[in-house]
Formats: sequence, structure tokens, C-alpha cells
Amino acid sequence: MLGGGSRDAGKAALNLGVISSSLVKEGQGAGDSRTSPVGLSPAPLPSPQGGGESPQGRRGETAAISLCGAQLMADSSGALYWPAEAALLVADLHLEKGSSLASRGVMLPPYDTRETLARLAEAIGRFDPARVIALGDSFHDTDGTRRIAGDDLDCLRGLQKGRTWTWILGNHDPQISPIAGGTFQDMLTLGALTLRHEPAQAPARGEIAGHLHPTARLSHNGASIRRPCFVGNESRLVMPAFGAFTGGLNVLDAAFRPLFAGTDFTVWMLGDQALYCVPTRRLSAD
Amino acid sequence: MPLRRTEARSATRRAGAAVLLPPVFDAWFRRRGWHLREHQAALLEKVSQGRSALLIAPTGAGKTLAGFLPSLTDLAGRPGVRGERSIHTLYISPLKALAADVERNLLVPVAEMRLPVRVETRTGDTSTSRKARQRHRPPDILLTTPEQVALLLSHGDAPRMLGGLRTVILDELHALAPTKRGDLLSLDLARLATLAPDARRIGLSATVARPSELRAYLSPQTRSEATLLADVVRAEGGARPEISILETEQPLPWAGHTTRYAAPDILAAIARHKLSLIFVNTRSQAELMFQELWRLNEKNLPIALHHGSLDAARRRKVEAAMAAGALRAVVATSTLDLGIDWGDVDLVINVGAPKGASRLIQRVGRANHRLDEASQAYLVPSNRFEVLECQAAMDAASAGDHDATSHRTGAIDVLAQHVWGTACAGPFDPDTLYDEVRTAAPYAHLAREKFDRVVEFVSTGGYALKVYERFARLRPTADGRLRLSHPRLAQQYRMNVGTIVEAPMIKVRLVGRGHGRRKPGAARLLIGGRVLGELEEYFIEQLSVGDTFAFAGNVLRFEGLLDTEAFVTRTVDPEPMVPSYEGGKFPLSTHLARRVRRMIADRRQWLALPEPVGEWLAIQSERSTVPDAEEVLVETFPRGSRHFLAVYPFEGRLAHQTLGMLLTRRLHRLGAKPVGFVANDYALAVWAREDMAALERAGTLDIGQLFAEDMLGDDLDAWLAESSLMKRTFRVNAVIAGLIERRHPGKVKSGRQVTISTDLIYDVLRKHDPRHILLEAAWADAATGLLDIGRLGDFLRRVKGHIRYTALDRVTPLAVPVLLEIGQELVYGGGIADDILREAADDLVREAMQRG
Repeated sequence: MLGGGSRDAGKAALNLGVISSSLVKEGQGAGDSRTSPVGLSPAPLPSPQGGGESPQGRRGETAAISLCGAQLMADSSGALYWPAEAALLVADLHLEKGSSLASRGVMLPPYDTRETLARLAEAIGRFDPARVIALGDSFHDTDGTRRIAGDDLDCLRGLQKGRTWTWILGNHDPQISPIAGGTFQDMLTLGALTLRHEPAQAPARGEIAGHLHPTARLSHNGASIRRPCFVGNESRLVMPAFGAFTGGLNVLDAAFRPLFAGTDFTVWMLGDQALYCVPTRRLSAD
Repeated sequence: MPLRRTEARSATRRAGAAVLLPPVFDAWFRRRGWHLREHQAALLEKVSQGRSALLIAPTGAGKTLAGFLPSLTDLAGRPGVRGERSIHTLYISPLKALAADVERNLLVPVAEMRLPVRVETRTGDTSTSRKARQRHRPPDILLTTPEQVALLLSHGDAPRMLGGLRTVILDELHALAPTKRGDLLSLDLARLATLAPDARRIGLSATVARPSELRAYLSPQTRSEATLLADVVRAEGGARPEISILETEQPLPWAGHTTRYAAPDILAAIARHKLSLIFVNTRSQAELMFQELWRLNEKNLPIALHHGSLDAARRRKVEAAMAAGALRAVVATSTLDLGIDWGDVDLVINVGAPKGASRLIQRVGRANHRLDEASQAYLVPSNRFEVLECQAAMDAASAGDHDATSHRTGAIDVLAQHVWGTACAGPFDPDTLYDEVRTAAPYAHLAREKFDRVVEFVSTGGYALKVYERFARLRPTADGRLRLSHPRLAQQYRMNVGTIVEAPMIKVRLVGRGHGRRKPGAARLLIGGRVLGELEEYFIEQLSVGDTFAFAGNVLRFEGLLDTEAFVTRTVDPEPMVPSYEGGKFPLSTHLARRVRRMIADRRQWLALPEPVGEWLAIQSERSTVPDAEEVLVETFPRGSRHFLAVYPFEGRLAHQTLGMLLTRRLHRLGAKPVGFVANDYALAVWAREDMAALERAGTLDIGQLFAEDMLGDDLDAWLAESSLMKRTFRVNAVIAGLIERRHPGKVKSGRQVTISTDLIYDVLRKHDPRHILLEAAWADAATGLLDIGRLGDFLRRVKGHIRYTALDRVTPLAVPVLLEIGQELVYGGGIADDILREAADDLVREAMQRG
């Protein structure tokens, strides 16, 4: 039932009450053995990292999440796979954020789009979904499609081949040029779930959204880790921002409170090797 | 300031001096019963001849008056008031407080001699209306800071304001020159030399190991091979300081940095003197020592606290109280190292390791600003290793032997800022600017190719992928010059000028009690009280609600964070978790480290050490071995369930931390299963699950190979990819070079999801543009800065073939101090993030599986 090269996904489930969460086998130190393929002389330049792998080295470990009967797989890349619909969901790509700031005199590197698309291509490669749904703020602004480099656009169009591609519109990209391919929608109902950009302020029943860029912070023995995360309860799920240049908002921020009646939610933090379901009481504010 | 006591009985009047001094000055000197000192006359003579010069003088030698005399005599003899005035003399100091202090002291002779001279200051505190008035009607003497000079030069009217400049005085040049601020100032001096080619430069400096570097800094360089040097004038040295190690009742501890054991003796020394300065190395040590002294202070001697994190108003109060003679002691960090005299200090106590000979000499000089009286000082080592360092520093100080700063190459990010600033003043010709930049000594050898890359960076970000041409910040004019593409960019520059990039700071606000048991995020109910000061964001980030720490002389409990403020309440916790905030952590200087190694190697010198220290070294030599000065000792031994590898390079904490990271990686690959490591200024220890001595016997582990220099290649590269230290370095580069905007104090963060972290930029750049000029800049900085790779490289080369390895069956005396630091300052190897996450996830599983 699983597409692509997904490994060991969704097994060893451990029931934790309302939301079933599976803590998948640890990634067996996959990140520890990272060594550079190239030797480097001490001066004066850091050498390139090898290959076109994602810099995070995420290996596609997943955690199972069940939401209103739908069985979902949260991926450590920040994407969400829905096997029953063969759909891959991503939120807040913020493509062309670098060039958006550059147009205002802040010369951020112009590589965020290709980096984001490379990560997306990697996730698509593993799940081989029949459809891809981007939950809004896919472009950092409405001119993004005009600034995108030719090869990046080709890459995007290549990913769309052979599958249904839906752009849900967000506050950053209330309209998207047809040049980006795919279809556009304000929101989408799929099975029992509603997919939209901004979480509804009213109580939701089966909603997946983005917009907030949820991030969680964990402190331990003087070290502190801040990572994007999935955050959800029995009726809704907010996805992490997928884009390379996207910051995050702490899940303990006031903006999350109305969605989850305080802090009554579950958090899956994205590690380098896997997803980790972390107890809410261990989290701290920024 | 020296102006108050320029008199010195030993000063002789030179025959030529009176000729140099105009009658009104001569009369003024005589009225005060003063004589023109030899170095003052020599400087006056050189500068009158249009030469630039470096004045090297100990504190109390009348350095400031010497620096201003050429300007004052010149201004006094000036015929009438010209129509359009320009600034005659720029005085540039690293501290704005120093500029203000100099103004107060300069106004005395100006008033008493009725000189037609207008003196004004211009610092970050000067009001905008006053600044505008200064631009319109410049004073004769402007007292300012390097950043303000950069700002003045970024305006189109700079040639009018500064075209008639005659003198530039650079105070505390020894402190300024070897820094990024010094780089920026050197570029501004180059610009000033273009605007006013005849202006002379006067550098004022404490004694330094290599004056030629400061002399080169003062002199415009030409394209000739030989470095041009400004003249040098030396004042006679004062009386030798009397420095000794403070004798204490309590025995010397094995490890630790609190120096708590010596507090009763320090208090007794305070009681014996009028005003004591107690110098410590970090703000956390200052807090601790302050707490401890007051715990014992039954006589209620007025003792105050002074460090850089305290609220400015609180610091001003302490300074005023010192000047008024209302205090008996001040516990201070390097904030009181430089410049200003706040009172009649008659004793300096340096608590903890001195870290460098020059620093010690400077600090000791704070006592008794009279040249002909010896300053008195005590050193208080915190542990046995530090005794060695204290002894070495005393030997160096009495030999007048200073730490050499390594030759400095101008920073790339600073150059980028300067290029941008130049464009703000008007269109510039890149060829001309390149020539001008190379007249600054730090940039004398700048390659054209690198300069062009910097200009390209300023314009479009300098990326390999050329897609930002249409957004370029610099555009060519018809005559081939470059101009700013939008006036908004000048404003952006002015908001971000300067090279001091503080770690993001968080205000610490004292609030009422009774709100402590809330969950994080619910801090809104706390009612705001007064602000105690600021702490680094990353320190606050480590705190959990309920953690306690010492700050601003109080023991505080962390209650939560709201926006940019940390809320705290007072608590009575006797054992506060001590802030580990970084301010003022200096690594051991190379010079002092060499002296310490020699002392250990030479048994005869042990006799001069306190008995427990000599005994400690003697047992070490029986049980293990004492290395030669040019060797490095490596020991392995088991302890508990762990196996240790201890190394004693004496290269300072920063280089040791980098070495520890790299050794851990190597040992991991060799199958030793390293678990962690700890480093201090002298040594580091790695512990592992496997027996490293057995691996060595089996031939799996070659100790020589373990320290092979190539660890600075592949291992370093792999580590850099994830090193938070490297990312912190990069952040500084990104701010200085103008890639991202500075976070301004008081400007509330607009929600974290819209701000972009430099960590993300770093990751993306490393992957897609590894040769980008800012990565190059970060690498260069890391080599000398937080990672101290340069020093580590020197060490690895030095010990090649000189490693003394011994396998032992138990811990050795030399290893005890570093092992005792375990748990105080734990450093993790790579992959730690997932370990912590996994641990937290396991915690959840345990919680879930619990019944009932």
C-alpha cells in the first residue's frame, strides 16, 4: 500500500489514546556516520557537501496519525502522506522568498526555491503520490511566479507530471499565475477531511491546515532544540512549514490556543533522522 | 584623567620644549606648577612637523594631554575665525563614556587659557538636533567613536565637514586596532586621508608587545613592498607594580572557577585599603563573588557590582559613587579595564586566572594612577592549574613581557559595510576606492579580485547564481562610477552601521511574587516591575520555569518569557544555578600558555609555587609523567564504568572545545564509542565506553594518527556543517556585511515565522554556494574566533612527533581539575539533537505505559 521507497513506515504502533501515534524504530544512527566525501585542506574554504541530498539528511521516517478516521503518515521531511487518497500534502512552501526580499534590498541567497523543490522531489520520489496538495503560501508573494528561475520552474512542472496538483490559496499567494501549473482552490474537501490554508477559528471537525508554521522547543541539560513540528488533536492537524527559508511560531504561542483549547494537543517534532512525538509538558516557550 | 595629575617630580624640561610651547601654555603650565614632560614635548615636536606618531605610555603618564597639546597649540595660534569651518581635530575612543570624560577634562585648560576652541562630543547618545547642528556648524574638536566617524563619512557633506581636518587622535589604540572595529576605523582613516591629506594621526596606546603593528596602522600604506610606520614616542615607565598571590586561610581547591574559598581573605584585604577593584573574568563570576562577599560582609563595607549586562543607569550610579569616594570595593568585569578613573583605587585584586600578561598589567595599572608610586595588586587563583597561570603572569608582568597579538588581516564583512557606506556618501569609482582601501594597513594586501567580489556582494549579494541584477543595490552611472540604486538603502546602512554584534539580548524584569506556578506561555498575568539588565537570548533559552540564577546582585527565579522580556522574581535559593552567559570569557593567551608549560617542565620552578601545587606536580611525575615544554601529554585510564583519554595542550578553552569535537568524531569512527568530553583552558578529557588503551595496544588506535593535522580537513568540515558555533560566527558576518538587518533593541519581534534565521541561510549557502564570500569570511573568523582553528592548527603542527602517551590504571593528579569540570560544563558531540528528542519521546512512552 505504500508507494516509493518508504521504509518500515507505520509499524510498531503504540496506542496513546485518542490519537494513535506510532513511534517508529529509531533511524539507527543514520546521521551519525555522515562523513564528508571530500577531504579539505585547512584553508581557506569549506568544501561543498556531497551530492544533491537534502542537507538535513532526513531519511523519510514516518509517524502514523489518525484524524477523524483518516489514517495519515507524517513524514520527517514535514510532508504528510495520506495512503487512502494516495495524496501528499505540504504546507507553506514560500517559494521565491529569497528573491522577494532581494527586490526590497535584502540580498538573501537565491537558492531557497531549488532547495525547497529538491526536498519536495525527494518526498514525492518516496511516496509516488497520485496527487499533491500544497496548503497555501506556496509562493512568498503573487509575483513569485514571475521571478522564479527557468530551471526551477521546469523542475516544478516535472514534479507535476502524471499527478493531480492542487494549489490551495494562502494569504501570501491569494492568486497564482497559471504558469505554475496545477489547479487552484480556496479550500478542498477530501474524504472526511477539510484542507485549507488558515485553520478555522471555529471548532473544526477533521481539518488539516498550515499557515502558522508550528515549531516546538525542547530543553534538556542545558541544550535547547527548536524544530518544526506537526501539532494536532482528535479533530485537527496543523502542518509544519516546508519551505527552506521559513521560520516558525512556537506551539505555545497564543495563536495556537483557540485551536486546541489551550495546550491540549500532541506534537511531533521533526528530527534529523525521524519524527518524535514529544510530551507537551516537556516543551518550552521561546 | 591624566590631566588632573600631569605633574611628576621626575619630569625634566627639555631645552626645546619651551620653544614649542606658546607663551599662554607655558604660563598655564607654570601656574599649575607643571612641567612639560619629555614625551609630551617629543610628540608635540613631531606633530608640529606634520608627522604622525604613536605615543606609548603607561597609565598616569599624561597621555591624553600629550595627545591634545598639538591641536590646542595649533588652534590657539590660529589667525582669526575663518568663514566656513571644518573640524580641526577628531578624537576617536572605543568608549563613549571615555569621550565624555575627555571632554570634561579638556574644557578645563580651554577655559583657563581662554582658548578660542569649541569642543563637542558626538556619540550614540547625542540628540539628533545636536548632531544636525554639528553638521551645520562643526566644532573645532569633535570627540567621538569609530561608528560615528563611519556615519559622518556616509553623508554627502563629509568633505565640507572634514576637509580641513588637521589631526586625528586615536585613544586606546592597542585595544581598538586588533578588532573588527579597528578594521572599520582603518578604512575610515583611509577615507579621511583622501578628504584631508595633510591630517596627522596620533595614536595613544598602553605598552604593547609589537608596537610596529600599531605604527603601521597609523601610517597610510603605499603600494611599495615595505610597510610604512608612523614615528613612535615612548614615555618613561612608571614604578614596577607590586603583585603577589593572595594568601588564603582555606586550601586551594582542585577545580572550579568560583574562587569562593578566598572570599574571607578578599574581604579582609578590602578592609585594609581605601578603594579596591576586584576584577573577575566573567559576569557570572562577578555575580557569585559579589554574593559571597556580601554574605560575609558583617561590617557592611560598601561593596558594589559593575558589569556589562547591568542596566546602564545602575552602572552610572556605581561609577558616580566610586568617584565620590563612597565605596570601598567594586566587583567588576572587563567593563572597568579601559580608560576612565572613577576614584582613588589603591588595590587591585584579580580573581581567577589572568588569561594574558597584557590584560593583567592593564588591570593592575588601574590602581594608583601616579607614575612614581607602585601599584599594589593581588592575584587569586581559583584552582591549582590557575596557580601556575598566575605565577606565569606575574613573571611576565615583572619582566614587562606582553602578549603579542597576531598580525591582522582586515575582515571581509567590515569591508563590505565600508563599501556600502561609501556609496551612501555619493557615487564612487571602484578603482579609486580599491586604491584608497589598500592604504589602510589591515587591507594593504587585499587582492583586486576579492575587492571586486565584495563590491559585487554589496550590489547583488555576490551569488554564483546571477539572478539579482535587476534588484542591484549599486548601479553604474554614465561615467563608470557606482551609485546607490535607492535612497532607502542609505537609511538601511545607517541603521546597521558598526561591527559590534551582540548576541540577541533579552531584558530581565523583576516582577512580584506569587505567580510562579504557571505553565510557560501564561506569563501574561505577571505585573511588570523594573528592568535589572539584559542577558543573552541563548542563556534564557536554556532556562525552565523555576530555575534560579544569580544576576544583578540578586538570586532570581525564572518565571517565564514574554515577547523580549524574561520575567523573574527574587528568591532565597542558596545554591543558584549560575548563569553560564558568556560575556568576557577569554582564552588563555599563547604567550602565557608557553610560560605555564615551561614552568611545569622545569622542576626548579616548582619551588616558587605554593606547597600543595608543588606536591601535586610531584605526585603527577611519580604516578604518570610530566611532559617537556614542547611535548603534549596524553593519558588513558579507566574510572568507574568509563574509559578516559586526557590531553594537556594548554591552548585555551576554545581551541580545546574544537579539538574535543574532532577527537570525539575520530574516536567514534575507530569504534571507541565516545560518550562525551569536557574542556578547560589547559586540558580536555574524552570518555568512552570502550577501553582506548586496549584499542591502542591492539593497533586499532594510533595516538599519533589521532592527532594528525588532517583532522582539520575532513572531520572539521563534517563538524562545521552542524556546528552551532560556526552558525553563530556566520550570523555576525551576515549582520556586519549587511546581508540581514540588525535586530534593534526595543523593536518588538514581528512574529518568528516572518523573520529568517541566519542558520537557514548558512545551511542553504553551504549547499548551493560553498564558495560564497560570506562563508569565506565566516571561515576566516572561526579560525581565530570561537573555534580558534588557527591556534589548534599551530598546536597540531607543534606536537607532531612530540606526543608523550602513557596508559595508566587510574586517574592522575593532572587530570583531576578537568575531570571535576564534568557536569559543570558539558559539551556534546554531534547527533545530540536526535538523542535529546528520542529521550523525550521515550519519556512519553514511559508515561503512557504507566498504569493507574
